[in-house]
Amino acid sequence: MHPAPSVILFTTLSGLGFGLLAFLGLGMPGSTGWVAFAFFAIAYGLAVGGLLASTFHLGHPERALKAFTQWRSSWLSREAWVSVAALLVMGLYGAGRVFLGAHWAPLGLLGAALSLATVLTTSMIYTQLKTVPRWNTALTPILFLTFSLAGGALLAGQIDIARVLLAVAAAAQLAWWVRGDGAFEKSGTTLASATGLGPIGTPRAFEPPHTGPNYLTREMIFVVGRAHAKLLRLVAAILAFAAPLVLLSLPFSHGLAALAVLGHLAGVFVSRWLFFAEAEHVVGLYYGKR
Amino acid sequence: MAHRQPQIDLSPKVSDEVRKTTCYMCACRCGINVHMKDGRVAYIEGNRDHPVNKGVLCAKGSAGIMQVNAPSRLRAPLRRVGPRGSGEFEEITWDEALDLAVSWLEPIRKTAPEKLAFFTGRDQSQSFTSFWAQNFGTPNYAAHGGFCSVNMAAAGIYTMGGAFWEFGQPDWDHTKLFILFGVAEDHDSNPIKMGIGKIKARGAKVVGVNPIRTGYNAVADDWVGITPGTDGLLILSLIHVLMKAGKIDLDYLARYTNAPCLVIDNPGAADHGLLLRDDAGKTLVIDRANGEPMPFDRPGVRPDLGATYEVGGRTYRTVMAHMADKYLDPAYAPEAVADRCGVPAGKIRALAAEIARVAFDEAITLNQSWTDFRGETHATMTGRPVSFHAMRGISAHANGFQTARALHVLQILLGTVEVPGGFRFKPPYPKPPEAHPKPHCKSQPNAALNGPHLGFVHGPADLALKDDGSPARIDKAFTWENPMSAHGLMHMVISNAHSGDPYRIDTLFLYMANMSWNSSMNTRGVIDMLTDTDANGDYVIPRIIYSDAYSSEMVAYADLILPDTTYLERHDCISLLDRPICEADAAADAIRWPVVEPDRDVRGFQTVLVQLANRLKLPGFTDDAGQPKYEDYADYMIRHERRPGVGPLAGWRGNGDGEGRGAPNPDQLDRYIENGGFWVGHVPDGALYYKPWNTAYQDWAVQIGLYDAPLPYLFNLWCEPLRRFQLAAEGHGDRQPPDHLRARIKAAFDPLPIWYDTAPDNHGAEFTVTALTQRPMAMYHSWGTQNAWLRQIHGHNPLYVPTKIMREAGLEDGDWARVTSPHGAITVPVLEMAALNGNTVWTWNAIGKRKGAWALDEGAPEATKGFLLNHLIHELLPAKGDGLRWANSDPITGQAAWFDLKVRIERAEAPAESQPAFPPITSPVGKGPKDLKWKLGT
Amino acid sequence: MTLLPDRTEKKLGLVIDLDTCVGCHACVVSCKGWNTENYGAPLSDQDPYGADPSGTFLNRVHSYEVQPETGPAQLIHFPKSCLHCDDAPCATVCPTGASYKRVEDGIVLVNEADCIGCGLCAWACPYGAREMDAAEKVMKKCTLCVDRIYNDNLPEEDRVPACVRTCPSGARHFGDLGDPDSDVSQLVAARGGMDLMPELGTKPVNKYLPPRPKDGLDRDIDVLAPWLAPVAEDPKGFLGWLDRALGKIDGKTTGGR
Ligand SMILES: Nc1nc2c(c(=O)[nH]1)N[C@H]1C(S)=C(S)[C@@H](COP(=O)(O)OP(=O)(O)OC[C@H]3O[C@@H](n4cnc5c(=O)[nH]c(N)nc54)[C@H](O)[C@@H]3O)O[C@H]1N2
Ligand SMILES: Nc1nc2c(c(=O)[nH]1)N[C@H]1C(S)=C(S)[C@@H](COP(=O)(O)OP(=O)(O)OC[C@H]3O[C@@H](n4cnc5c(=O)[nH]c(N)nc54)[C@H](O)[C@@H]3O)O[C@H]1N2
Ligand code: SF4
Ligand code: SF4
Ligand code: SF4
Ligand code: SF4
Ligand code: SF4
Ligand SMILES: [Mo]
Repeated sequence: MHPAPSVILFTTLSGLGFGLLAFLGLGMPGSTGWVAFAFFAIAYGLAVGGLLASTFHLGHPERALKAFTQWRSSWLSREAWVSVAALLVMGLYGAGRVFLGAHWAPLGLLGAALSLATVLTTSMIYTQLKTVPRWNTALTPILFLTFSLAGGALLAGQIDIARVLLAVAAAAQLAWWVRGDGAFEKSGTTLASATGLGPIGTPRAFEPPHTGPNYLTREMIFVVGRAHAKLLRLVAAILAFAAPLVLLSLPFSHGLAALAVLGHLAGVFVSRWLFFAEAEHVVGLYYGKR
Repeated sequence: MAHRQPQIDLSPKVSDEVRKTTCYMCACRCGINVHMKDGRVAYIEGNRDHPVNKGVLCAKGSAGIMQVNAPSRLRAPLRRVGPRGSGEFEEITWDEALDLAVSWLEPIRKTAPEKLAFFTGRDQSQSFTSFWAQNFGTPNYAAHGGFCSVNMAAAGIYTMGGAFWEFGQPDWDHTKLFILFGVAEDHDSNPIKMGIGKIKARGAKVVGVNPIRTGYNAVADDWVGITPGTDGLLILSLIHVLMKAGKIDLDYLARYTNAPCLVIDNPGAADHGLLLRDDAGKTLVIDRANGEPMPFDRPGVRPDLGATYEVGGRTYRTVMAHMADKYLDPAYAPEAVADRCGVPAGKIRALAAEIARVAFDEAITLNQSWTDFRGETHATMTGRPVSFHAMRGISAHANGFQTARALHVLQILLGTVEVPGGFRFKPPYPKPPEAHPKPHCKSQPNAALNGPHLGFVHGPADLALKDDGSPARIDKAFTWENPMSAHGLMHMVISNAHSGDPYRIDTLFLYMANMSWNSSMNTRGVIDMLTDTDANGDYVIPRIIYSDAYSSEMVAYADLILPDTTYLERHDCISLLDRPICEADAAADAIRWPVVEPDRDVRGFQTVLVQLANRLKLPGFTDDAGQPKYEDYADYMIRHERRPGVGPLAGWRGNGDGEGRGAPNPDQLDRYIENGGFWVGHVPDGALYYKPWNTAYQDWAVQIGLYDAPLPYLFNLWCEPLRRFQLAAEGHGDRQPPDHLRARIKAAFDPLPIWYDTAPDNHGAEFTVTALTQRPMAMYHSWGTQNAWLRQIHGHNPLYVPTKIMREAGLEDGDWARVTSPHGAITVPVLEMAALNGNTVWTWNAIGKRKGAWALDEGAPEATKGFLLNHLIHELLPAKGDGLRWANSDPITGQAAWFDLKVRIERAEAPAESQPAFPPITSPVGKGPKDLKWKLGT
Repeated sequence: MTLLPDRTEKKLGLVIDLDTCVGCHACVVSCKGWNTENYGAPLSDQDPYGADPSGTFLNRVHSYEVQPETGPAQLIHFPKSCLHCDDAPCATVCPTGASYKRVEDGIVLVNEADCIGCGLCAWACPYGAREMDAAEKVMKKCTLCVDRIYNDNLPEEDRVPACVRTCPSGARHFGDLGDPDSDVSQLVAARGGMDLMPELGTKPVNKYLPPRPKDGLDRDIDVLAPWLAPVAEDPKGFLGWLDRALGKIDGKTTGGR
């Protein structure tokens, strides 16, 4: 799939933002007043910023409200609802923390759940697509959730939890990659099943329908070199997990923690770029590519 | 929960009005419904009532809107201001343009009319343009047929009085086995597709004989991936096998062909090898009833195929006996030809057997009685449901005439021509070769030519030679180099004019032919000839007038441009007098009419010719007082009469009920428009088959004016005109070929079909791969002006290379290769193809474009990745070392041998763009828009 | 809306005959023409006369080479447009309800006024049947010519999709695949009509008729041999046979009488 910057920004930033919100909702940290304000501001900045970024990707953002209508079937619509609910609930809860110094734990808990649910709905948008075998797995929500939680913990300054979650997320990432590499083959979708010509012999794409590109080839067919992808995976793993883990195992300093956060953020960006760039859509088969 | 869905308008208004006219995105000439909104073209679809397409429409036809709004449309007459080839012009008025043209043409006409060479491309008004040229008085006129498929047309007419091309068709409704030789698309684009669809829907069989398995050949049930240039050998092998098995239609051969005619056996004499005739000139057969020689058409005669006739100490044997001698030779056995043809012997036999099985075991009978020309009435019509079709895959080789003849002989041996399930002629065919005009070339100042330019020669006497024996025509048509060049030789005009051989001309007048690009062999060379100057700095070809509708490559090389309209903006006439749109069941003709008015200062070219003729006061166009007879082309279409009562359009003549014959009817065009732009006259039921011999058909043809008296004839398995040229080469007669041509004429002009290899002349031993082009179904040369919709389908053209050669040359998809022929080299992108003859490479024809043409961006893929094979093809063969340069043409018809091209392929570093690259030409019309959203309604 | 209807009254769709399609692109362009002028926004083109032209098409014709285990490679032209799936993932993913399947006839449509241009439906479609129009920024797809097939302003015989009406070789058939007695259903039954990517569970309504077996001449060499039993080996023998054969014809009626 074409790794569109808006979508990468969206999933990365909002994932982190909602991860942080989840921790804040659970009272980790339980600060109030200006400190809480800062935490909530960062969380909202990331979550809302990410959501806004996602609208850049829309052809008609002015009609975005219509996206709330199809919650019964569409994960994107559900995401819209849940994210708004999460932001509202957490807004109320955050206001209590910032302005009243109040800890409305049940509300925080609900907000945390909604925040994670938002990440889940986001991940389900991809997970549900049978057309992209690499995404079409329960590991995808796990990947998104562990990333969100690990990043959230990191941002929330929950160092011990972060260490564990970073390790878990790294494991999820590894598992996701390993599975992903064989996913297309396993899916059983081939040019033979795509064309129905298998019974005659081995099909091969000959001429494309048009000599020029089209929306599909631009949007769905993106090829990353194997070596290139390997390298990027290494970079992602180091930045997102190894570096923060190392930095966090050093004596704590705000500088190091900030570095760990930045490293993680950058690593997640790279991971997300790969998430899209490496994902092969079955339609590529029709074009002799995958 | 109930399903909710929006309300949509299921019956939106489709258009304000439908105007029915004829498509012109190719020469198939389908009927179209042009849907208009607010006076503009909104949508084009096929006309269901039309005889050609019955409602369907191809990609090009459907893209007509993008033709009518093309940014490349010329806008006004242009006079060249920069050097030739620069593309620099100034716009002038029509008065200025016509004055300028007249100032060039008038002096020529008054002194030496042959100094005008007027050649037209895929002209659909040849009977009109030739009439103009004839009245101008120049012998130098032809359309493009000579480089297109004259082999196919001429071989068909000389052999059976009609050809494939679009002049005949398989009996789509009855055929059970359809065998297609060397066709990618053809002129009958939609009818062939509809026909193949019909056959397939019935579960009948299609066989494709073609080195390349795309399109029609891809849907064929069997593919014979023949080595290019060897079809003649394959066909003669089929004939060998079928004759040997006795699987030929003896009754048909005896009655309707010259198989029983007697061949004169008189070695050394001037009539040796001609057919024995009676005093009235009728060929003689032996009647089985009494063993006596009889004229072939005597009522009751039963011609004996195997007879010998001994008289005066000489033995006369039948054509059939000569054929047995020739084709039963083991040299034609499948095993002997298999390697050469690239087809296993077993497959050749299987094909022959399948043909035999279907022709003889699956014969069909129609309960339709008919009466033949000998007066015998037959209760039924027997069909041998095997049909053939062929086109340029056979035609465009230097052995194409004889190969096409071989195919016709095969059909005739099987008895499948003009029978149910076989091949059927479309009116005005059948028509025996003798009924066609002969070529005329006598020109004199201030006078019309002595007759029509083109025609059919029957021997040396008919050649277009001057009294001193030199060629009368600039293209050397109808000379010893290519005596039977029935369509002229468009591809030789520029090079002959440039070299002044046979003589110099003053003005080259071209219409609708992209000669500085995809329509020429040796494109670079032609560009150089068009721009070459003499010692004084004057152009060697002094003046060039050109009519195009679009900003083509050729525009840049003319001095004066006469901009044409698009096809929806003018009158046109698809006439029974030239290439009509008939079906086997019906005569039909059609018109185009301005369904929209031009929004530019352009004029229909035919109208411009009328205006020029009027200014030049050409006979035929003006009366004795010099007053114009016709105002414009529409007027000519209505009022011109070729023979009394017979004019360009056959429908609604006289008071409106005349079919084919009748006085001019001033309302004729309105009647055509009312009827959807066309007229159809149905062939009566009893006349549908056996047309050359069927009295009902012959009478009907006379009645509607196709000819003036019945013309029954025999099919010519033995082709006498060929033998007459051989006799000349053997030294008989006063008109003698030059010595260097004698051997070739003796060898090639065999009166029975033969095959010869054209590879050696093209250095086939060093250049072992044949390079071909194919017509893309969605593109028409450069006619479609790289239409915005179609160019997305074919924006550039890879060279398709068979798997074996890809491996040998170390090539992979997307790599570039250098392709070298004896004449030149190109460097182009390649793609692998498996369904391809192993010694063949190919590409789509005419996708490559010159930078700056067609209002395209200079970075257009057509120019940067697209390419032409034409750079590798020369109008002359590589030098043989005999001090002569031989034409790269069929020795009989002069047909350009495009497909004899032999090449070598090697991997190349990818250049920045395909090579050779040419500098851009200045666009006289600017560039096209950046975005396109074509919608008239809301 | 985006929920799929439990069932549709009809299953209108196309049956495409891969045995007959010659790859002429007529359907591609007539579709472009009709749908540019009709339903919704025009199908726009970008850089139409430039270096990198592209545009929106609702129907495109691919081609594939197939190498059988024995025998020569084959080439198959393969038109592809929306298959109007019964279980259309493109509809259920749509957040706005712009994509929906009609209950009357099963046609899957985009209501352009509701489309936010998120592209998700195109991601969900395995067949590449949806293209976002670059000018209008809404999702375009085959409408099965819903504005033709019921259109009272068209003569009855023309109430078929533009691509079907135009296909010169008759490789495209239109009808109700929900009715087992319809012509299209019969055709599918007779010719073994197939689904594309059945494993994805989209349950396409459109069906493809597979190419018939090809290159029988390579296999039937022996079966056909009897038709070529020689009547003569040389010209002399041939003339003898001719005489005998003509003798048989004499007086009785064969070919052409
Ligand atoms: N869409 C479209 N239609 C057109 C045209 C167009 O440009 N586009 N052009 C029109 C014109 S001007 C013409 S003349 C006609 C020509 O129509 P076609 O005769 O169909 O011409 P080509 O496309 O040149 O195809 C020649 C075919 O012959 C095959 N071939 C080449 N050499 C051999 C051989 O030695 N043996 C055999 N058996 N096959 C061989 C090639 O593979 C190719 O398939 O089409 C007309 N129709
Ligand atoms: N390599 C290779 N070259 C070939 C062939 C091949 O098979 N291989 N085939 C050859 C054959 S058979 C042919 S017929 C030729 C085709 O060659 P041409 O007949 O030259 O065909 P086009 O390239 O279409 O050029 C026709 C010109 O007519 C112009 N035109 C289009 N419509 C109109 C109109 O309405 N009015 C006027 N006045 N002009 C118009 C176009 O803009 C274009 O400049 O190509 C030949 N060239
Ligand atoms: S075949 Fe196509 S381009 Fe040619 S006349 Fe017919 S519709 Fe027009
Ligand atoms: S083909 Fe694609 S767009 Fe059409 S219904 Fe099926 S999934 Fe949806
Ligand atoms: S692009 Fe339009 S139709 Fe497709 S899912 Fe998004 S809103 Fe729905
Ligand atoms: S049914 Fe209509 S919209 Fe669909 S592919 Fe055919 S022409 Fe295009
Ligand atoms: S119009 Fe018919 S034959 Fe042509 S590509 Fe489309 S389906 Fe195939
Ligand atoms: Mo041609």
